[in-house]
Amino acid sequence: MSQSAPIADSLDTAGLARRAWNSDLAYSFRRSKVTVVAGVITLIYMLSALFAPWVAPHDPYDLASVSIMDSFLPPAWIEGGDSRFLLGTDNVGRDVLSTIIHGSRISLGVGFASVFIAASLGVTLGLISGYVGGRLDAVIMRIAEVQLSFPDILIALLIDGVIRSILGPGAHGNIAFVVVIAAISLAYWVQFARTVRATTMVEKGKDYVQAARVAGKGTFYIMFKHLLPNVMGPVLVIATISLALAIVTEATLSFLGVGVPPTQPSLGTLIRVGNDFLFSGEWWITLFPGVALAIMGLSVNLLGDWLRDALNPKLR
Amino acid sequence: MISFILARVLQSFVVMLCVAAISFSLFTYVGDPIANLVGIQSSDEKREELRESLGLNDAVPVQFARFVSRAVRMEFGISYQQKRKVSSIIAERLPATLELSILSALLALGIGIPAGIYTALHRESWFSHLVLSGSLIGVSLPTFLIGILLIFVFSVQFHLLPSFGRGEVVQLGFWSTGLLTESGLKALIMPAITLALFQMTLIMRLVRSEMLEVLRTDYIKFARARGLSNRTVHFGYALMNTLVPVITITGLQLGSIIAFAIITETVFQWPGVGLMFIQAINEVDIPVMSTYLLLIASFFVIINLTVDLLYYFVDPRLRVGRDVKT
Amino acid sequence: MAKPPLLEVKNLRVEFPTRHGTLVAIDDLSLHIDPGEVLGVVGESGAGKSLTGAAIIGLLEPPGRIAGGEILFGGRRIDKLPDAEMRRIRGRHIGAIFQDPLTSLNPLHTVGRQITDTIAAHLPLTPRQARARALELLGEVGIPAAAERIDHYPHQFSGGMRQRVVIALALCADPKLIIADEPTTALDVSIQAQIIVLLKRLCSQHGSAIMLITHDMGVIAETADRVAVMYAGRIGEVGPVSEIIHKARLPYTIGLMGSIPSIGEEVERLVQIDGSMPRLNETPPGCRYHPRCPNAFERCRTERPDLMPAGPSRVACWLYDSPAEAPAARPIPAAARATGGHRARGAAAAATLIEAKGLKQYFDVSPPLLTRILERTGRRIVRAVDGLDISIAHGETFGLVGESGCGKSTVARTVVGLFDATAGTIDYDGVSLSTREERARNRSVQQKMQMIFQDPQASLNPRWRVFDIVAESIPEARRTKAGGFKERVGELLRQVGMSPLDGDKYPHEFSGGQRQRISIARALGGEPEFLVCDEPTSALDVSVQAQILNLMVDLQRNLGLTYLFISHDLAVVHHISTKVGVMYLGRIVEWAETRRLFTRPLHPYTRMLLDAVPDISKTGTQRAQVEGEVPSPIDPPGGCHFHPRCPFANARCRGESPENIMVEGTSVACHAVQEGRLPAWKTG
Repeated sequence: MSQSAPIADSLDTAGLARRAWNSDLAYSFRRSKVTVVAGVITLIYMLSALFAPWVAPHDPYDLASVSIMDSFLPPAWIEGGDSRFLLGTDNVGRDVLSTIIHGSRISLGVGFASVFIAASLGVTLGLISGYVGGRLDAVIMRIAEVQLSFPDILIALLIDGVIRSILGPGAHGNIAFVVVIAAISLAYWVQFARTVRATTMVEKGKDYVQAARVAGKGTFYIMFKHLLPNVMGPVLVIATISLALAIVTEATLSFLGVGVPPTQPSLGTLIRVGNDFLFSGEWWITLFPGVALAIMGLSVNLLGDWLRDALNPKLR
Repeated sequence: MISFILARVLQSFVVMLCVAAISFSLFTYVGDPIANLVGIQSSDEKREELRESLGLNDAVPVQFARFVSRAVRMEFGISYQQKRKVSSIIAERLPATLELSILSALLALGIGIPAGIYTALHRESWFSHLVLSGSLIGVSLPTFLIGILLIFVFSVQFHLLPSFGRGEVVQLGFWSTGLLTESGLKALIMPAITLALFQMTLIMRLVRSEMLEVLRTDYIKFARARGLSNRTVHFGYALMNTLVPVITITGLQLGSIIAFAIITETVFQWPGVGLMFIQAINEVDIPVMSTYLLLIASFFVIINLTVDLLYYFVDPRLRVGRDVKT
Repeated sequence: MAKPPLLEVKNLRVEFPTRHGTLVAIDDLSLHIDPGEVLGVVGESGAGKSLTGAAIIGLLEPPGRIAGGEILFGGRRIDKLPDAEMRRIRGRHIGAIFQDPLTSLNPLHTVGRQITDTIAAHLPLTPRQARARALELLGEVGIPAAAERIDHYPHQFSGGMRQRVVIALALCADPKLIIADEPTTALDVSIQAQIIVLLKRLCSQHGSAIMLITHDMGVIAETADRVAVMYAGRIGEVGPVSEIIHKARLPYTIGLMGSIPSIGEEVERLVQIDGSMPRLNETPPGCRYHPRCPNAFERCRTERPDLMPAGPSRVACWLYDSPAEAPAARPIPAAARATGGHRARGAAAAATLIEAKGLKQYFDVSPPLLTRILERTGRRIVRAVDGLDISIAHGETFGLVGESGCGKSTVARTVVGLFDATAGTIDYDGVSLSTREERARNRSVQQKMQMIFQDPQASLNPRWRVFDIVAESIPEARRTKAGGFKERVGELLRQVGMSPLDGDKYPHEFSGGQRQRISIARALGGEPEFLVCDEPTSALDVSVQAQILNLMVDLQRNLGLTYLFISHDLAVVHHISTKVGVMYLGRIVEWAETRRLFTRPLHPYTRMLLDAVPDISKTGTQRAQVEGEVPSPIDPPGGCHFHPRCPFANARCRGESPENIMVEGTSVACHAVQEGRLPAWKTG
């Protein structure tokens, strides 16, 4: 074997895939049937969200194809149902299944965007707070503490309410998405910041950081080259759990009527709209989106739970 | 001891002041309070007059000081929408929220803690697995969805329980209670369960993981090695140590019940302060919003303070100083 | 045999089922303990000694399980007892003591309650009687003012006192056997000595036998009656303590003994056993030691030896299976370490390389301002280093010893520039590196100082490849030559006895010793002249420690390095250093050339340490009792910091801090020495 051989070996993707498959993480994934099911379901949700226009049997927002004549049709297997609409139709004749698929797309989109922003913000502030310390740390952590003592949903509601009042009532359209995403990410950055800070504090006491300092490396080099890779484990766990929470929070905001605009309904909006018909017997309009939301939240949560246990073997 | 409490009280004071500042800036900078008080057709002079009489032309610190001193005297201004004193709206609605929240808190603690202990001590039993799986559903399902499902089953399908409102209430002085009438009690069941479920599962999972952590410690191992009975080890040693961290987080959770009541109250049209807040947000009723904020903050501060004191009595490491000499 | 043994373990097998198959942690292990005797169980980490103890008291952590063999206590089989019955044996008949006294006690109950709980579980005493007995026990283990202390919580006791409480707890139902798992490892040298003496005295008074599990041969040497040496889940040799220490028969024991540095002798290099103990999933066939054994022959590779008699001991080694083959064909190994100090121990007076003067390093650990005002307390300052002078010559190894909290690690970090010194100067080869600005300005000089750390787990970034780790300290200027750079890393790895191919792996793929080698390679990457070594071998097993110490000696000779070697271990410092300084609460109380310091110590603290240190040269000897523990550096005693523990202290010592004076080549800070009040040091 020549000296360059090991580098070539590490580039061998088949070997890499094999190693990934045999890794403890993959093993614990395969061993837990529930997790595998949750993973598959999550994957299905993501794919159908990504390709919603092609997956959905109808385009519920194409006014030309929606007919008021089809309104309040029950699911296909119930008497009076129509085979064109598997899960029935809503008050204006839209296919419930299609609205769910489009709604999931919006729920997941808002969730991912919020978590991404919250994680970027939280990780950066947490790293700075943990590694640099001092006044900056004190300020960041005081804000975090005050915010943490209030529930996320209240924070999101408040931020949402404030932005809305500044923009004036009736702010609709795309700006509403920005408001919701901003509200949720500002409500969730704290978890990331606190965890990253705690991990950073532990890691920075370790001697490899001291060794880098002895070697004359600068603060940013140490923060991003040394510490960042070592705090990513917990960040991944929190990101997954936060995704589930963000989806639920968005749904709740939308349910309360302060979330995404009704013109582009998420699952929460669908449930809110459908809730009005619960008592008149058209239960499918609200219950099916509800079940879709519940399964989505549960699957992502199960993945997060597994990830936390797998990355923290002590807890098993 | 006294310094510890004093420090905590001072800290709470600072937190309250911060929240007051946020409330105040909401009041001052968001929307135009004058526009909300007078008609569109009133003249500019009249507006200016009102502005002057409300002190809106004073320096900001002066306005803030006045805001705080009024808040201390329970004066929170007039609702833009209802044109009534915010304080009387709150007084009218607070009992509904408090009754609901306290009952939920008792449910969450009374079931959550024992379930957490049980699942930690009997990790492999089928019942633990069942409870754990159930708890994950409780954590994943949005509160409003649970409420809707309960309504669908018990109100729409079986007509057992009312789906909205408080039922009949009895007025005891300033306090209106739903606990003394049958319809009031019936109306309380579903909202209380809905509100309690999320906190209950959270508390249960927390107690479980903390207790598992404690059961792994050296002093538990050493206690077993001394032949102490399982009862002493589990309840005399492990449980006490579990409670120390649990108290803090549980306190916060209980605080958030009052805030989560917003959702439950919306689902069940429960006439409490949460429902009032949602309406205020939708109507951009700033005085109501900012007062609600102050109210919630003061609840949190009181709970935090209580938790700190409790902590102090449970953990001798805080209570009894370290002996430096050997 | 007249009396049956107290404890008998027959063919014990402990397994851990894992996804990669079942790991056999203890394989066919047999031992016995007689009433009242002290059996030492020694071995390096992973040998299975703690598991043996846990298996005996039935507290194996799941998924570990006893998969074979039997355990008999007083002739009664106990390994299959139901939990309720086993609980009556634990504490009542077999007591246990664990390593860390800080975590062994329930923080929420008073020590009195913990003792009475235990008494109540086993003995039919009323609460009043139980409390009286608890009080008596606390007095017996040497807790002053027991009547008051019984109602205190664990956090109110110091580490040494807590371990005394733990001993009281283990003894409170008068068990016939105590399993003590590393009872002194977490303690400082001076407290370690107190605990060993106490444990031995109490057990002989109560007639209890002890199974003393430890990695420290020094502790075994003066405590045990018999010793069992464990290797990879099996007992390799068992016999009377003096036989094991002085006439070891098993090649592994011989190597192990040779690899332990001792303050009783000077050697150039320690005996080195290459490699490390096999992991559980790769135990070799035949004798488990054969891949590392210098005397292995064909039979060792295929057939597993069981314990066979050899003199007064029993040894699991085919060398002693004499009838089969002529012993002449297989020479019985002898202790292979060369004695006599070959190294020039500070002979020639070389030029000074690094000098620190009046070095101070204070840390502000004050509570927040608000708390300080409310509690009317001032700032709290830890004086970790409090006026320290040190000067190290080219090619020298300066050993700095002291107990935990004395500030020796802070000295290391301040010298190398990780902390900005509160006061004082640091000169390196005539260049001042006292402040951050000076260090930044003289980056190329600063680069000549590198550091090796204690914990090989934490000193390598787990997410980096070894190649990148080693390359980190190579100066930027060197990195431009793309090809040469890679070869340089390879060369560095070779220099520390590793392969350049290892560069592609991650740290977790290596053992502790290998990781420490990588850490050294990284330090060498900066092409240093001066290496600061902060307890570089404390986290390692003795045989691996010997490898690292030998490597450091070789590197020093080949590269002309100068070392500042920091350790709490007197024997290690004695072995490697040319000069030694003894630190106490932020100051060097005495320094001298190594041999002088160890043969003619002057300062009472140095003498106390030398008295306290367990060492294999002290087998079977009595020791002088050592008093007290190291006080907090936040509020050190006035005058001479050592006066509260010093038998020679007088009014002057309490009031006036002594200056360093030179006495026959030793620099010492002690009024008693200065005034000639100190008796002569016992010799021999």
